[in-house]
Amino acid sequence: MSIAPRSGAWSAALLVSFAAITILPILGIVLLSLQPEQAQLSGFELPDRLHFENYARAWDVAQFASYLRSSVIVSVAVVAGTVVVSTLSGYAFGTMRFAGQDVLFYLLLAGLVIPFEAVIVPLYVELRAGHLTNTYWSVVLPLIGVNSSFGTFWMRAYFRAVPRQLIEAASLDGAGSLRILWRVLLPGARPALLTLVVLVFMWSWNEFLLPLVMLSREDLRTAPLGLAFFAGRYTVDRSGMAAAAVMVALPVVVLFIATHRRFVHGMWVGAVKQ
Amino acid sequence: MTARGRRALPYLYLLPAFLFFVPFVLVPFAHTVGLSFYDWDGLTRAAFTGLGNYREAFGSALVRSAFGHAFVLIFFFGVLPVLLALPLAVSSVNASIPGGNALRTLIFLPQAISTVVVGVSWGWILALDGPLNAGLHAFGLDWAAVDWLGSFTWALPSLGIVGTWTLTGLCVALFFAGLQQIPGSLYDAAAVDGAGRLREFLAVTLPGLKGPIAVALTVTVISALRAFDLVFVTTRGGPGTETVVPGLLIYRRAFEDGRLGSAAAIAVILSIVVFAVTLLINRIADRNAP
Repeated sequence: MSIAPRSGAWSAALLVSFAAITILPILGIVLLSLQPEQAQLSGFELPDRLHFENYARAWDVAQFASYLRSSVIVSVAVVAGTVVVSTLSGYAFGTMRFAGQDVLFYLLLAGLVIPFEAVIVPLYVELRAGHLTNTYWSVVLPLIGVNSSFGTFWMRAYFRAVPRQLIEAASLDGAGSLRILWRVLLPGARPALLTLVVLVFMWSWNEFLLPLVMLSREDLRTAPLGLAFFAGRYTVDRSGMAAAAVMVALPVVVLFIATHRRFVHGMWVGAVKQ
Repeated sequence: MTARGRRALPYLYLLPAFLFFVPFVLVPFAHTVGLSFYDWDGLTRAAFTGLGNYREAFGSALVRSAFGHAFVLIFFFGVLPVLLALPLAVSSVNASIPGGNALRTLIFLPQAISTVVVGVSWGWILALDGPLNAGLHAFGLDWAAVDWLGSFTWALPSLGIVGTWTLTGLCVALFFAGLQQIPGSLYDAAAVDGAGRLREFLAVTLPGLKGPIAVALTVTVISALRAFDLVFVTTRGGPGTETVVPGLLIYRRAFEDGRLGSAAAIAVILSIVVFAVTLLINRIADRNAP
């Protein structure tokens, strides 16, 4: 590294202490989730034994099995839809020339700065009129719409970086544009696609306002929505609430740790254009 | 393929994305703008009021304080994380400690956790009988223990600190990536000039991080302006109206009070503020670009 390690000890101490501040609340919740039910706890005591029954209680009684299933359905559908439409549009923006290209691209990019709060009211009215509220569609379709802005931007950057000769050679061989995309370009796009998948999965899984407004039926609630209602209702069952919180956070955390390097890079590139 | 078919081809590739984007983002946004000029309860006929909703919004102490709170949160969500992340990122480049990567991953972790989980967890930590106050009692600081989220003085700063906790890791990650892009020769030149650590930081590191700082501020400031989830699951705007934010007002007016036009006007004002702040941050960064 270019900067000389002059005050390594201080640097390490700073980094370690901030990491401790970061992990402490997370550790506290994990510990709380393993305490006996109804325990009156004030601090970070270690539980007498690991009370995994809190997880069972949250899973069955508090219906987190159903909430988590809803979240999986919504997130997987949004990821699949976003990846397909963004790959196609990113391919066009990144490798083709056509009239109105810039206008259409900036129009789509506007989606990155339009706050969702400014879309939600008419969206609710329109989806209600179409009898789509209280269906997964009411969450999935708008989320694909919102994420297609970032997805298109992201995939366009990848396709622009591909050497033009590669496309031209395939074209001379008589390959059609869809075939070039599928056979020539997509095999190399796996890292870019993986980042897109992780980011869109995270954003969909953690989305709160949209399901809050669209889904009033309890059996459709997504995991963060279920947790918010659970925390509001069962204020005495703190260990159960903590277990539920851990379950809601875990899928994204695991995915993130497994792919964190790319993920951070994706956030960085994704944020640059804003 | 015919020439016409070839010309139409790019638009066919764009069609699916626009089939989602136009009806579910662009058209509703346009409707929000239109709706903001009407009085509407969502059921009966809407009545045109011109700028009435905007006049009401600008005249309302509640709306003004909601935006005021959002600007307080900008300090905690944006300014403070950037100030904390600068030394942390520089340290983590300097320190050749084992597991440095793991530590950075760990600091970034809150960013991946659902805001609802973060809110529920911190709600427990900051409760009157929660671990934070238990720690204060343990150190004999009984006078300092308060109901953090229920206090008129501390509720908003407490939510702010939760935001700082969430977003600092993102800034560290952005700055760390930016630091790798600064050519080592610049540091060598500074060393030859006899620059001390502070001079080196001001003359080389800070200008080199202009892009990442602009990105970090843009992302964090937008999340401060849009703080809804955290407030909704912790304080719901209370105590009193101490933690009311624009997103909460939009939600309440539209979905609880049946004042859709008023909600739309606040949403339009919020959008304009978000656009303006984004533009401002990136203008400043561009102008100072080397």
